[in-house]
Amino acid sequence: MAAISREEVAHLARLSRLAVTEEELDRFAGQLDVILQSVARVGEVAADNIPPTSHSVPLTNVYRDDVPVPCLTQDEALSGAPDAFEGRFRVPRILEEEA
Amino acid sequence: MSDLTKMSAAQLAKAIAGKEASAVEVAQAHLDRIDAVDERVHAFLHVDREGALAAAAAVDAGDVKGPLAGVPVAVKDVIATKGVPTTAASKILEGWRPPYDATLVERLRAAGTVMLGKTNMDEFAMGSSTEYSAYGATNNPWDLGRIPGGSGGGSAAAIAAYEAPLAIGTDTGGSIRQPGAVTGTVGAKPTYGGTSRYGLIAFSSSLDTPGPCARNVEDAALLHSVIAGHDPRDSTSIPQPVPDVVGAARRGATGDLSGVKLGVVKEFAGDGSEPGVLSAFHESLEALVKLGAEIVEVSCPHFQYALPAYYLIAPSEASSNLARFDGVRYGLRVGDDGNRSLEEVMSLTREAGFGPEVKRRIILGTYALSSGYYDAYYGQAQKVRTLITRDFESAFERVDVLVSPTTPFVAFPFGSRTSDPYQMYLADLFTIPTNLYGGPAISVPCGLSEGLPVGFQVMAPTLADDRMYRVAAALESAVGTLTPPAL
Repeated sequence: MAAISREEVAHLARLSRLAVTEEELDRFAGQLDVILQSVARVGEVAADNIPPTSHSVPLTNVYRDDVPVPCLTQDEALSGAPDAFEGRFRVPRILEEEA
Repeated sequence: MSDLTKMSAAQLAKAIAGKEASAVEVAQAHLDRIDAVDERVHAFLHVDREGALAAAAAVDAGDVKGPLAGVPVAVKDVIATKGVPTTAASKILEGWRPPYDATLVERLRAAGTVMLGKTNMDEFAMGSSTEYSAYGATNNPWDLGRIPGGSGGGSAAAIAAYEAPLAIGTDTGGSIRQPGAVTGTVGAKPTYGGTSRYGLIAFSSSLDTPGPCARNVEDAALLHSVIAGHDPRDSTSIPQPVPDVVGAARRGATGDLSGVKLGVVKEFAGDGSEPGVLSAFHESLEALVKLGAEIVEVSCPHFQYALPAYYLIAPSEASSNLARFDGVRYGLRVGDDGNRSLEEVMSLTREAGFGPEVKRRIILGTYALSSGYYDAYYGQAQKVRTLITRDFESAFERVDVLVSPTTPFVAFPFGSRTSDPYQMYLADLFTIPTNLYGGPAISVPCGLSEGLPVGFQVMAPTLADDRMYRVAAALESAVGTLTPPAL
C-alpha cells in the first residue's frame, strides 16, 4: 500500500504554499512514496524511553551583553525587496475585496 | 598553466609575504585559469574579478595583513557576501546581492584572503551531485562526464581544477566531504558550532556546518583556523577556543601514529560500497598500521538508521527555514498582477523559484511535522539521533577516531541517480552519522578506483577537530595527494 496518496501530496503542497502542477503531483507522489517507505525504518528502533535530540550543542539561554550595535539601515534592509513603498515592504492584498 | 595556480595555500602565503610573488599576480593567475577552464568545469556561478584584484592590490599595498594574505579563496554560493551575488544556486534568489557579509567571510577578509567568486552547488545545498543546481551542473575535473559530488561540487571542482587553492563549503549531510572524496581533494566538516552559521542561508539549522576545502590537509587546517571560533551572532556557536588544527596537521605529516587507535565501524563493512572503494580503504588501513596506528573493530548498531533519520530531520528543518522565501523581502516575486492575493502570489513565486528536489524536501518535511505523523516520523528520528550520538560516545571510549570510506561509490555519470531520489541519498550513507552527532570529520584522498578518486573519512569526537587532522595528514604522508588529468 502506498505510504502517501496523490491527494495528500496536493494538500501538503497547499500547506507549503507551492502551486504545483498536475504533472508534478503525479511525479512527486510516486517519489515521496519511495522515500517515505525508506525513512519509515526509523520506526523499527525501540526508543520509547529515549529522550529526543534536537541539537548537538547543549547550550541554553544564550544571551549577548545588552549593548547596542549597528544593524542594517532601512535602505539596506529593503535593498533586495521585489517591491517597496515609503520605506516598507509592499505586498499584494491580504484581504478579500469588500462587497 | 601558471605555476602559481599549482602552489599550495601555505606556499602562496609564504611567497607573497616574502615578496617573491605579488598578490595581484597570484589573483590574476587564478582568474586566467578560471577563464581557461571554467567553461568546461562550471565550478563558478559568479566570478568577482574586480573585487579579487582590488583585494589583492590592498594586500600588495600593505593595507591588509593576516596569515593567508593574498591567498585566493572560492566561496560556496550559499554564503552571504556583501554586494556580491548570492543565489544558493536557486532561481528564487537570482540576482540577490546581500547587504552584509557572513561572519566567516569577514574572517576570510581579515585573514587577508582574496575572494575569487561564488561556487556552484545543488540548490539550497540539497543534493550529492550539483545536478540540482538551477544554473546547470558542475563537471568533475577527473572526468567531465561525471558528477563532482554535492552539494558543494563547485568548491571541490574549483580546487581540483586549480582554479583556486582554497574553497569554503558547507556540510549538512556530507556536502563538503563527499565532493572532496570524488574530486580527489580534502574536505573537512568542523565540529558543529565550531564555525559560525551567521550569513549562511539555512538548510537544516541543527546540522549545517561551514568548513574548508583544499588540495592538502595542511591547507585545509590553515583555512579552518581562520574561519573557526566563537561568534556571538550565532547562538549555537561554541564559546570555546579553536583546537590547534594546523599544529595537529603538521604533527601528523611526520607520519607517526604510534598509540593512535582507529575504530573501523563494523556496520559499514561492505555496506553497498564498490569493490574498488573498499580495496583503497583497506590499503589505507594497512598504511596507517605501518605508521604505528592500531585498528579496532567497533560496533555502532544505530548507524544503519542514520540515513532514514536524516531524511526526516533535515527536510523538516528545511520546510521551516525555506518559508522565508515568500516573495516579500528578497528574491523572486511572480504573478503580482494587482488582482491576486498575497497567498496566491506566494504560491506562484515558490512554485516558479524552487527546483524539484527542494519542493520534494519541503513537502516531505511538512508531512513529517504534521499532526498525526509528528511522533512517528520527526519525533522518532530525534530519538534515533540520541541513539546514534550514544553509539559515537561509546565508540570513542575505546578508540581515538572512527574511520570509513567517505562515500560508497566513486564519481558517477550524470543522470544515473536523478530518476530515483533515494539512490542519490545513498551517496551520504557514511557521512550523515557525524552530522547527527555533531562531531568533526574529514575526507582525505586515499587512492584511485578505475581511475577515479576514493576518499578516506576520519571522524573524531566533538571539539577534537585536531585529532582528525593529525590522522588525515599522516595518511596523506603515506599515500600522497592526487593530481587530476590535464584539462
